[in-house]
Amino acid sequence: MAQSILSAAIILSLGLLTLALLLTVLRVVRGPTLPDRVVALDMLVAVAIGLIAVIAVKTGFFLYIDIAIALGLVGFLATVAFARFIMSHRYRAATETAAKPPSEAVHRGNARRNRRPRRPRR
Amino acid sequence: MMADTLALLCAFLLVAGSAFALTAAIGINRFPDLFTRMHAASKAGTVGSSLLLLAAGLYSWDVAVFLRALAGIAFLILTAPVAAHLLARAAKGSGYRISTLSVRATHRDNKK
Repeated sequence: MAQSILSAAIILSLGLLTLALLLTVLRVVRGPTLPDRVVALDMLVAVAIGLIAVIAVKTGFFLYIDIAIALGLVGFLATVAFARFIMSHRYRAATETAAKPPSEAVHRGNARRNRRPRRPRR
Repeated sequence: MMADTLALLCAFLLVAGSAFALTAAIGINRFPDLFTRMHAASKAGTVGSSLLLLAAGLYSWDVAVFLRALAGIAFLILTAPVAAHLLARAAKGSGYRISTLSVRATHRDNKK
């Protein structure tokens, strides 16, 4: 009895996690700016960790938990690296558009980069 | 009896964790801007994966696996706020604006 409830719960949670993954991928595709996509990627890694845990319960291979920990480490490093990248993007934009008031420095994809011709790299 | 209780507890944890993950995914789609989406992603998402890891660690009925699952949960709880804070600071610094839906009329500087 309890085992059948557990297997039904495993199927249900796999379905819910698949739906969550699909919705998160939708945000990765739709997200208007880069930080939105990075948040969605972070969320994608969290959902994948949960999915791996459910697979571990389903198959009985509990070595999958180690894989989940490694995936969490990689996801954290990726998020930190993307955050540093967004910050460095800010610094480059500040040196390029130094004459503009800071209120116009709205981050909207490639709009700022296309607004004026690029200077040659130093 | 013991195994039945364990299986029922794990079933509850699995459904609760995946419901939290689905809530986070809905929130990441429904909220208006980055700073509110971050709430859903970092709080509900972390709780969801933590509950699922806890279910896997409990169901193994092995101290080593359970401790590894606890280590994974601790790692998630440590890193999710750090990642969210770094990302929010980078986005705020690069000029990402708060949505007008989440700005109250008393904050004139952010309105416009």
